[in-house]
Amino acid sequence: MAGLTRVLEHRAVQYRRTFRSSVFTSFLSPVLFLTAMGIGLGGYVDRSGGAALGGLTYLQFLAPGLLAATVMQSAAFEATFPIIGGLNWQRTFHAMYATPLTPSDIAYGNLAWMAIRMGMIATVFTIVIVAFGAAHSPLVVLGIPVAILTGMAFAGPISAFSATQRNVNRFNVIFRFGIIPLFLFSGTFFPIEQLPSFFQPLAWLSPLWHGVDLTRGLVLGTVGQNPALMVAHVLILILIVAVSSWATARLIERRLVRG
Amino acid sequence: MPETPTTSLIHARGLTKRFGEFTAVDAIDFDVAKGESFGFLGPNGAGKTSTMRMIGCVSPISDGTLRVLDQDPRVDGPTIRARIGVVPQQDTLDTELTVRENLVLYGRYFGLSRAECARRAEELLDFAQLTERANDEVEPLSGGLKRRLTIARALINEPDLLLLDEPTTGLDPQARHLLWDRLYRLKQRGVTLVLTTHYMDEAEQLCDRLVVMDKARIVAEGSPRQLIDRYSTKEVTELRFPPDVHDSLDGKLDGLADRIEKLADRVLLYADDGEAVAVAAHERGLEPETVLVRRSTLEDVFLRLTGRSLIE
Repeated sequence: MAGLTRVLEHRAVQYRRTFRSSVFTSFLSPVLFLTAMGIGLGGYVDRSGGAALGGLTYLQFLAPGLLAATVMQSAAFEATFPIIGGLNWQRTFHAMYATPLTPSDIAYGNLAWMAIRMGMIATVFTIVIVAFGAAHSPLVVLGIPVAILTGMAFAGPISAFSATQRNVNRFNVIFRFGIIPLFLFSGTFFPIEQLPSFFQPLAWLSPLWHGVDLTRGLVLGTVGQNPALMVAHVLILILIVAVSSWATARLIERRLVRG
Repeated sequence: MPETPTTSLIHARGLTKRFGEFTAVDAIDFDVAKGESFGFLGPNGAGKTSTMRMIGCVSPISDGTLRVLDQDPRVDGPTIRARIGVVPQQDTLDTELTVRENLVLYGRYFGLSRAECARRAEELLDFAQLTERANDEVEPLSGGLKRRLTIARALINEPDLLLLDEPTTGLDPQARHLLWDRLYRLKQRGVTLVLTTHYMDEAEQLCDRLVVMDKARIVAEGSPRQLIDRYSTKEVTELRFPPDVHDSLDGKLDGLADRIEKLADRVLLYADDGEAVAVAAHERGLEPETVLVRRSTLEDVFLRLTGRSLIE
């Protein structure tokens, strides 16, 4: 645990350099998205009747999904470049491994930092949601840990993948064929019931869908309507995070030992 | 079988490193005593870095015995690493942070308090002559400054043992001499240094004792002086001929020296009196373009032992 916090400290000192612009971006992104999609596009959606959204305004429907999806995107970024940089570019992980720190300290320290970053982004996003009047329940605060959990369900597997790469070539594949399609088709912008029926089970494979559905339930206070499903969401996300974090630690260790 | 405690800081017997079918280090034996400055001299690919990584407890041994600071790297890795300093061949600095931040954060990895890290960082900045650059970002610094910072960083835990893998490779001569001066000071303070190099002048400058490595094995061991006495003559006469003459020298130099090495571009004649060899060659009617009489170096030792030059 002590080792993990030293790795965290390193990341925090690194982050201090970009703190201001980072916080500004964290505010700007939800404000722009909720204005354009929630209010602008949402105005048209609401005029054609809100039956498909269960009586919600489009802004209310969109905001929680977008919270989870935004955290996912930052997870994908945090789990690629800093990992490959530590192993291949600046080789700071190798520097850490020459000290009493272990590969597990390095892996879990970096994953913990990703969780902290996502917590910051989710908190700012939630403040914007409340400011836009898109929250319907005090449970909205629980959207923050759920968003972190959702983000980590991406950060874990992507970190593990990054630990096997020596350059960024395949990262584009993750973004293009992973992150962007999930962003669009995991129930963020429209309910997955709109998808052709044979596609719908596929949503279960998307960590984002579990996260979006859960966040929406919390932010809108509808979580009690289907508690079993909500518990399943949480367990699936925790399982993904646990397995992929362990895999990340082992893969980072393999790389550090190889030199 | 109980392992006998040793007085040496590093104790290796039959130390082996294999990567699949490839044997990088092939059953080598050596000991490094406290306060000693010990070197691995050899060409690239001789197994020096693999040996250093095993000593640094970041690469598990494949076979044999290795004790570092009287502990077993297989089980005591983090404890041993807490007491050694490592200067890797490739820089591992955080280039986005400042010189001072690099030192302080590295100290934190060893569990030192912030105040202690700050105090030691100031001392080390002074030692590495980096005080004026303390608040500069690392990225734009020259290779020599980065190396000095890497060495300073490796000293933040006040290590019992400092491992330096090719510490001056890629630096210009001035930066190398400055670095040698700093390392010499550490040696004077009693820090145990273990370094790898393929520069024979570096080995001669810094090492009390060294082993010559070639193709994963140790081929000779001793002080630079001992090795030269044992494997070479006092002096060497280097003769350089025009290419056509060089190619048709067969036998014409026989008997002029104790030993003759014909390289691609020159001929080396080994004898205790180099001047006499030069005169004798002249008397045979040979007219080299240049004649150089010099003292034997570790380069000559390596050539004798392996039939090849250190830097190919």
